[in-house]
Amino acid sequence: MAKITFVEHNGTEHVVEAKAGLTVMEAAVKNNVPGIDADCGGACACATCHVYVGEAWVGKLDKPSAMEESMLDFAENVEPNSRLSCQIKMSDALDGIVVTLPESQH
Amino acid sequence: MSDQEAMDPQTRVVILGAGHGGGSVAAFLRQYGFVGPITLVGEEPLPPYQRPPLSKAWLKGEATAESLALKPLEFYAENNIDLRLGVHAVAIDRASKTVAVSEGDPIAYDVLVLAMGARARRLTIPGADLKGVMELRTAADAEKLKTALGVGKTLAVVGGGYVGLEAAASAISLNAKAVIIEREHRVLARVACEQLSSFFQAYHAARGVTFELSAGVEAFVGDQGQVTGVKLADGRTIACDAALVGVGAIPNDEIAKAAGLECNNGVVVDLAARTSDPAIFAVGDLTQRPMPLYSRSVRLESVPNALEQAKAVACAVTGRPLPPPEVPWFWSDQFDLKLQIAGMPFDADEILIRGDPDTAKFAVFHLKQGCIQAVEAVNAAPEFMAGKQLVASQKPVARDKLVDMSISMKQVAV
Ligand SMILES: Cc1cc2nc3c(=O)[nH]c(=O)nc-3n(C[C@H](O)[C@H](O)[C@H](O)COP(=O)(O)OP(=O)(O)OC[C@H]3O[C@@H](n4cnc5c(N)ncnc54)[C@H](O)[C@@H]3O)c2cc1C
Ligand code: FES
Repeated sequence: MAKITFVEHNGTEHVVEAKAGLTVMEAAVKNNVPGIDADCGGACACATCHVYVGEAWVGKLDKPSAMEESMLDFAENVEPNSRLSCQIKMSDALDGIVVTLPESQH
Repeated sequence: MSDQEAMDPQTRVVILGAGHGGGSVAAFLRQYGFVGPITLVGEEPLPPYQRPPLSKAWLKGEATAESLALKPLEFYAENNIDLRLGVHAVAIDRASKTVAVSEGDPIAYDVLVLAMGARARRLTIPGADLKGVMELRTAADAEKLKTALGVGKTLAVVGGGYVGLEAAASAISLNAKAVIIEREHRVLARVACEQLSSFFQAYHAARGVTFELSAGVEAFVGDQGQVTGVKLADGRTIACDAALVGVGAIPNDEIAKAAGLECNNGVVVDLAARTSDPAIFAVGDLTQRPMPLYSRSVRLESVPNALEQAKAVACAVTGRPLPPPEVPWFWSDQFDLKLQIAGMPFDADEILIRGDPDTAKFAVFHLKQGCIQAVEAVNAAPEFMAGKQLVASQKPVARDKLVDMSISMKQVAV
């Protein structure tokens, strides 16, 4: 189990436990964390699972795929630490990761 | 409904149909702070789950029951959602505001949400009840299909729609064989343009899928109750070990009709997902909904559509403003292809192709008076994303830029 902290745009925090192998998006959705819509259920087709990854964690993630990069390119309010949370698989190395949610996913 | 009324903690919400739409209504209501009682009635034995993987990742063994589930089972108890599985809603009594169900007392509601989805259309031809003639709508259907897809087995797919093509692709990746039998002269005839149809057909054919186009199906033939072939109108019989019928879906609107709600190929709703009875909403595949972008109403079968309406219901019940209308969109995964479609090609007067179908990376744009009505993008995320934004804005685009791959979609969209 690894811990993930989701910070909503309004500052509300949600701390959830995720099994290794689950994606950050799945952890949010299964725990009904508001602000991650995940319309496509992780198919990397919708960009409604956009998050900002805490600076300390950015370097620990695998690089985004070309598909993820081009989806993010057109998402709203993209920052250098933007990622699609359905493409981040949890592992022990990511225990404690903090991700912040954008104001809206559409 | 005024805000005060809307947030009345005594408001009883009853949701009929515990699929993607119904489950999402319950979850959004709690996300938006609704504290009243929620009853979620579903006839399937499983808590709400996602159907898209059934013909894709799940069929190939790349997803589990756990990953299919919208929420873990505990979620419902923890959030005080009374989930009644294996229970069929039989009738709606609008006068007494109750729903008769197959098990237990009638359930009283203040707000009723219909989310009964659609069911697979069946073929009424000889042999349709043979063992091995299947449909793919539920997890139970998918389980049966998976069992039938052993190495070297042949799956006959009747109907060349998305689900049929996806199932054929999954069969091939499981080292089974697949033959697609389609009445029209091309696959995806009702849902995609000619260019896309021929691309997908060629891509499938190159990977071993065979096709029988412009082919009428007369009967399923069998041996000792088990299907062994599909008999075509031209007299030939296509041998198979299992047959998947994917010829469209019919909305489960019977109990809504019987209750006198306005229906027209689905339950008619407004943009807030409200039916002709202000106490009753409807979401998802079940609904005939307005599509202001195209000045018409449509019945869609897609997850984004069900989610948009589920949010609209949760907003109406909790007194939140309705979010702006979304551009309808859809995706499909076949082999290593990701198809993403945004918008609908209504009244299009021009088709432009960006990229080269031979590279399996291209997009088809449908324009009306120079504005993009729809985009069909194959392995082309920028074209999909920018296209979707252009469908929403209805800003005219420069045709020469749109078809020029050396100009990025960012520049096209400005
Ligand atoms: C194989 C397959 C692949 C798909 N792929 C995609 C895709 O890639 N992308 C996409 O966007 N969409 C896809 N879809 C469509 C998508 O799954 C549907 O649009 C979505 O599930 C609609 O949600 P819904 O709640 O309206 O209906 P459903 O999810 O079908 O739920 C309706 C539920 O109501 C229950 N029910 C019906 N009548 C009653 C009753 N009287 N009492 C109690 N319960 C009742 C049904 O048993 C069912 O469980 C796919 C569908 C299938 C079948
Ligand atoms: S859930 Fe759709 S892109 Fe991540």
